[in-house]
Amino acid sequence: MVNFFEFMLGLLKEPALMVGLIAFIGLVAQKADLSSVLKGTIKTVMGFLILGFGAGALVGALNNFALVFTEAFGVSGVIPNNEAIVAIAQEAFGYEMALIMFFAFVVNILLARLTPLKYIFLTGHHTMFMSMLVAVILSTANITGITLVALGSGIVGSLMVIMPAIGQKYTEKVMGTDQLAIGHFSTLSYVVAGYIGSKLGDTSKSTEHINVPKSLMFLRDTPVAIAVTMGVFFLLASIFAGGAFVEEVSGGQNWVVFTFIQSLTFAGGVYIVLQGVKMLIAEIVPAFKGISDKLVPGAKPALDCPMVFPMAPNAVLIGFISSFAAGLLAMGIQGAFGWTIIVAGVVPHFFVGGAAGVYGNATGGLRGAILGAFTQGLCISFLPMLLLPVLGGLGLEATTFADFDFGVVGLFLGWMVL
Amino acid sequence: MTKILVVCGNGLGTSLMMEMAVKDVVKKISFDANVDHEDLSSAHSSQADIWVAATDIAAQLEDMGKKNIISLTNIFDKEAIEEQLTNIIKG
Repeated sequence: MVNFFEFMLGLLKEPALMVGLIAFIGLVAQKADLSSVLKGTIKTVMGFLILGFGAGALVGALNNFALVFTEAFGVSGVIPNNEAIVAIAQEAFGYEMALIMFFAFVVNILLARLTPLKYIFLTGHHTMFMSMLVAVILSTANITGITLVALGSGIVGSLMVIMPAIGQKYTEKVMGTDQLAIGHFSTLSYVVAGYIGSKLGDTSKSTEHINVPKSLMFLRDTPVAIAVTMGVFFLLASIFAGGAFVEEVSGGQNWVVFTFIQSLTFAGGVYIVLQGVKMLIAEIVPAFKGISDKLVPGAKPALDCPMVFPMAPNAVLIGFISSFAAGLLAMGIQGAFGWTIIVAGVVPHFFVGGAAGVYGNATGGLRGAILGAFTQGLCISFLPMLLLPVLGGLGLEATTFADFDFGVVGLFLGWMVL
Repeated sequence: MTKILVVCGNGLGTSLMMEMAVKDVVKKISFDANVDHEDLSSAHSSQADIWVAATDIAAQLEDMGKKNIISLTNIFDKEAIEEQLTNIIKG
C-alpha cells in the first residue's frame, strides 16, 4: 500500500504526467466522452515531452552562437525567445510550472467571478510562459512546495485579469468593442504605444491611408523569420570572430556552412517547441474556456495579440519596422556600453511591435504607430537584459523571456523576493 | 467528413481561439466536420476542405492556392463564421 502511494506520488512528480492530469481533469469536468479524454490526455503529455526534444535540438545551436558572438564582440549575446527559454527551463522547473499554471486558471475564474475584473485569459501559452517565469524566480529565492504554488498561482492568476484590464481602455479603441480584451503578456507594450500615440500622435493621417509593401509578410512564417534573423546575426558574428575561430567551434566544418546549418537548427528547434506547446495547450484551453463559460457567464475573453492585426494591417508592418529599428539601436547602445546584447528578433518585434503599431495608430495615426512601436521596441530590448540577473542559473543561458510584462513582473518579483 | 483547418502565425493562440468559435458554429448548424488548428508554416503542406483565418493570414492562404477560405476581421465573430461557412457549404 505504501509502495502504491509512493508510486502515485512519483507519477505526479513527472511534469509531463502533471500537465496530462490537468487536461484529464478539464476534459472530465467538461463531460467529454472516453475516447476524447484519452486522446486529449495523451496529446497533452506528448506535447510536454516534445518541448524537451525541441530544447535538445536548439540548445546546441544556441551555445555555438553564444561562443561565436562573445568571441566576435567581447560581450555576450542573448536571443529573447519565450519558447526556447521555457523549453530549456522545463527540465528543472516543469513540475512547478505545471502546478502554478493549473491553479492560475482556477484563480482567474475566481477573480472573474468575484471581482469587477471579468476577464478570462485564453492565451494558454502565455499563461504557461508566465507560470514558468514565476516558478523560476520563486525557486531561485528558495521558495518551495505549497507556498510556491499558492504564491505563484495567485500572482499569475491575478495578472490574467489585471493585465487585460490595464489595456482595456486602448483595446476598446482599437477593436471598436468592449467585449474583447487583450490577453498577451506584452500588454504594457500596447499601453505604452497607445499612450504615446494619444500624446504625440496625429489622428488625421492613418497608417491605412498609405501604401506599404506587403512583401515583408513572408515574416509571418515563424520558422522562416527565425532562420533569417538568426542567419544574419550569426553570419555577422562569424565574420567578426573569424573563420578560424568558428571552425574550432565547428570541429573543422567549413565556417559558412556551419553558420547557416546552426541557424536553421535553432529555427527548427523552435519549430519543434512550438508544436509541443501547441499540443500541450490545445486541450487545456478549451476546457478552461468551457468551465469559465459556465461559472462566469458574460466574462470578456482576453485574446492573443494578432486579434488586432486585421484592424490596421499597414500599422502592423510599420510597427514591426519601427520596433525592429529600436531593437537594432538598443543593440548598438548595449554594445557600446559593454552590456549583454539582446539580439533583435524578428518574431517578438513582428508580433509585439506590429500590435503596438495598431494601438499607436488607433490613438495617434501614422505618427502614433511609428513613435509608439519604437518606444516599446526600446523597452522590450532593455527589459530582457535587466531581467537576466533575477533568473538565477537560467540567466546564464543564451536565450531569455522576450515580452514587456515578463520583464516588468520578473524584475518586480525578483526585487521583492531575492 | 469535411476537414476545417484554422490557421494563424504560430498556431498557438489565435487559431486555437478561432477553432473554439468555429466548433461552436459547426455544432450549432449541425455540420459534420473535423476542426483543427495549425501554424502558417505547416499550412503550406496541409490539406483541408475549408480554411479559416484572420484577414491578414487569409490573404496568404489565398496566395498559397488554398480554396474555400473563411476570412475574419474579428476572430471571435461567430455570426461572420456562420455566414461565410453556410455560403461555402451551399457552394
